[in-house]
Amino acid sequence: MSLANDTLRPETPDQLQDALAWSLSEQAPLEILGQGTKRGWGRPVESRNRLDMSALTGITLYEPEELVLSARAGTPLAEIRTALAEKNQELAFEPGDWAPLWGGAAGAGTVGGMIGCNLAGPRRIRQGAARDHFLGFTAVTGRGETVKSGGRVVKNVTGYDLSKLLCGSFGTLAAMSEVTLKVLPRAEKTRTVLLLGLDDRRAIEVLCAALGSPHEVSGAAHLPKDAAAGSEVSFVKQAGGSVTAIRVEGPGPSVDARCAALRQELAGFGGTEELHSHNSLQFWRELTDLAPLAARPDLAIWRVSVKPTDGADVAAEILAERDGLHLFDWGGGLVWFGTAPEGDAGEAAVRGALADRGGHAALLRAPEPLRATLPVFQPQAPALAALSRRVKEAFDPQAVLNPGRMYAEF
Amino acid sequence: MHMPEPDAGTIARKSEIVAALQAVVPGEGVIFDAEELAAYESDGLTAYRQPPLIVVLPETVEQVSAVLRYCNEQKVKVVPRGAGTSLSGGSLPLADGIILGLGKFNRILDIDYDNRCAVVQPGVTNLGITKAVEHRGFYYAPDPSSQIACSIGGNIAENSGGVHCLKYGLTTNNVLGIELVLMDGTVMRLGGKHLEAEGYDLLGLLTGSEGLLGVVTEVTVRLLRQPATARALLLGFESSEAAGDCVAAVIAAGIIPGGMEMMDRPAIHAAEDFVQAGYPRYVEALLIVELDGPEAEVDYLIFRCSEIAKAKGAVYERVSKNEEERAVFWAGRKAAFPAVGRISPDYYCMDGTIPRHRLPEVLRRMRELSEHYGLRVANVFHAGDGNLHPLILYDANVPGELERCEAFGAEILKLCVEVGGVLTGEHGVGVEKRDLMPSMFSEIDLKQQQRVKCAFDPDHLLNPGKVFPQLHRCAELGRMHIHRGQMPFPDIPRF
Ligand SMILES: Cc1cc2nc3c(=O)[nH]c(=O)nc-3n(C[C@H](O)[C@H](O)[C@H](O)COP(=O)(O)OP(=O)(O)OC[C@H]3O[C@@H](n4cnc5c(N)ncnc54)[C@H](O)[C@@H]3O)c2cc1C
Repeated sequence: MSLANDTLRPETPDQLQDALAWSLSEQAPLEILGQGTKRGWGRPVESRNRLDMSALTGITLYEPEELVLSARAGTPLAEIRTALAEKNQELAFEPGDWAPLWGGAAGAGTVGGMIGCNLAGPRRIRQGAARDHFLGFTAVTGRGETVKSGGRVVKNVTGYDLSKLLCGSFGTLAAMSEVTLKVLPRAEKTRTVLLLGLDDRRAIEVLCAALGSPHEVSGAAHLPKDAAAGSEVSFVKQAGGSVTAIRVEGPGPSVDARCAALRQELAGFGGTEELHSHNSLQFWRELTDLAPLAARPDLAIWRVSVKPTDGADVAAEILAERDGLHLFDWGGGLVWFGTAPEGDAGEAAVRGALADRGGHAALLRAPEPLRATLPVFQPQAPALAALSRRVKEAFDPQAVLNPGRMYAEF
Repeated sequence: MHMPEPDAGTIARKSEIVAALQAVVPGEGVIFDAEELAAYESDGLTAYRQPPLIVVLPETVEQVSAVLRYCNEQKVKVVPRGAGTSLSGGSLPLADGIILGLGKFNRILDIDYDNRCAVVQPGVTNLGITKAVEHRGFYYAPDPSSQIACSIGGNIAENSGGVHCLKYGLTTNNVLGIELVLMDGTVMRLGGKHLEAEGYDLLGLLTGSEGLLGVVTEVTVRLLRQPATARALLLGFESSEAAGDCVAAVIAAGIIPGGMEMMDRPAIHAAEDFVQAGYPRYVEALLIVELDGPEAEVDYLIFRCSEIAKAKGAVYERVSKNEEERAVFWAGRKAAFPAVGRISPDYYCMDGTIPRHRLPEVLRRMRELSEHYGLRVANVFHAGDGNLHPLILYDANVPGELERCEAFGAEILKLCVEVGGVLTGEHGVGVEKRDLMPSMFSEIDLKQQQRVKCAFDPDHLLNPGKVFPQLHRCAELGRMHIHRGQMPFPDIPRF
């Protein structure tokens, strides 16, 4: 192992390839960073050397009428959001601004990091995650070779869909130099139907009913009392209890009609209220950015993905064993749980609740010593773990890319 | 098109292999009689035919696992097969390989409306899923034209699309989980009823892997609520350029229709002659734009699309007034392949995707190629997402015509790549486009894809001869030449 302690900052794709060649030749593993905003997500990387991708920047192609955008991987996400907004478009999967969760500046982060973490916001239930909008890439593998996969068109089944593999691989397979994304028009209008004071179980029934309706719901969340109290939307803050929220988006006349229909159909669950444009946007932005948890830097954060109808039971089981702040997104299918970073930070409680149910839990935020010892990502059954390892070795046989970030074994 | 040289040793051991398979799958589940094998000799790409050595039709995942384990140990090649509708030769048999047919996996296991998903066996047809849930107002969104016949397992293998994928995504965007058997017999689950699988997205990788990575034995798909209404616009233009402009303008206006299909004049005429959908014969290009969703939205968007079409020079417009009329609008498009089949002894369906704005140029060059090769071509086109289906008309009984047709097809696909598109949008590489892969990928790209294959099937026993023009041994692919200490100071900014 090299004793080097370098940060390499390639400015061109060729230099990126050189950086990997150097890493291989010196046996010096690299920690890959965009702007480093999500360094705290995952296990601490076993490497002294850094590969800083933040100089590989720039939008290289944007054709709004073709709904496609390509950019160098280190391009600030903020730059991409701005370019899209100018054409009234957006990344439909609503990637959150999570830098503040780890104390970073709001708005920081790169597009490569967004892909590496497979971000997705509340609209996941309708539009999917980053993986569903990631059309192609160019990257340098841990073999030091530049490879590309996918393309710039949505309909493409030419060869294996390696984009899916890279998305959510936390930089452990290849260092991307350029990514291509599908972009979509922004909705003309947004509104949110609220129900107040429901308990978790009842709230998830409401969300299931709304998602099973033909009204094209694009957000379905439930904030128990403590999570709602921190909102800057005064109506939500002052609700004094839990808030269950159902979003509809689209052309004006359609949103009005769907909101009215939803309120009528959900009347049996209690009184309904509505948030209009500005407040609706604010409410979902807070949820997308995990504001209730960003406001509590003292807590460790678990991200628990389950089938929606299990959400309330899973939360109840965890809370029976451990105090914490919880909230639900994705119609109950995504449970956020903040708890004191003490002991096992609730690992036994969280993973125990999933044991007979399926689903998975990841420790999104915790102090480094905890992340070094706890399985941050859901432990896998032996056969799946072995396969994942073989896939890793297919890209990075010498384990020079973010070693240890996802699993202690590789 | 050459397939890997069959292994004479394996062929000689046929009766031994039959006996071993019969021990796993009793009764009628093992087929080895030449006459019966003939039924499996081709898939939807009928130009290629090859009877398999043996067909095995297991009924349980344990049997699938045992068959694969046996074949892995004995180094017998395996070709998974769903309904056999692949248009790229994906399930084309091998002379020295067995066909692993999943037709008996035809049950719907669980419909979960609260979680909006269904768990089904891979042999269930695409339409079978929708049929099972439509009485509750739900459906499974991806809708390949072959949906009556094709299996959901095959859809996963090919990442199939359909006319509604513009708005609702492809198979890969609508699958939540699978049960998978690897070539060595290992059974595993990826994903489930929750929204994403953990760890590496192997589910995403498997989708579209053309039966080369594992055999899918169970599938969990997302169900969507049927839109409240759907209405379609039929628009005629004097040129495909004008129609293409209209498509671009609709999307630029922020509208994503449920479907947006284009047909050129030869396709319009063939379809009209076949089903009398009432298409105008005098236009050069016809668009079907379908808007679906809440009634208020559909009315509003139909109006806006109509305004856009007028501005872009539409010379013909009709809006469907009821479900019946909407179905008639689609009837011509849906019957386009058989309609073309009527006007020519044979036709060959291509499947490239291009950046949409290159359409006029691609159509012009296709016309030139059509003259050069002396073969007619009709075009149907998923206009919203740039996926072209040129249908080349030929007669297999005329010596040399199939070869000419294939050469023409290859030129079209290379043209797609040249303008920034890809070789296949939804039908897969299979054997058909295998040898064209180098026009899109470098040797390094292809080797990296094969390394992924090696992680699943190190002996290349599962569906070999498909997708990759050249098979490299996994040991060779894994080798790495590292020159230690040769790059102490690369020319990279550092801190
Ligand atoms: C008239 C017609 C119209 C068509 N229209 C469309 C269309 O609109 N859109 C579209 O995308 N396609 C279309 N197709 C192509 C075809 O129907 C699809 O590719 C379909 O998904 C194939 O399904 P299948 O069950 O027939 O698979 P098969 O042809 O049996 O197999 C296809 C591939 O999948 C593999 N496979 C099958 N089952 C499994 C399994 N359980 N596990 C692992 N691998 C498996 C096979 O090895 C093979 O490589 C059309 C075909 C025809 C004939």
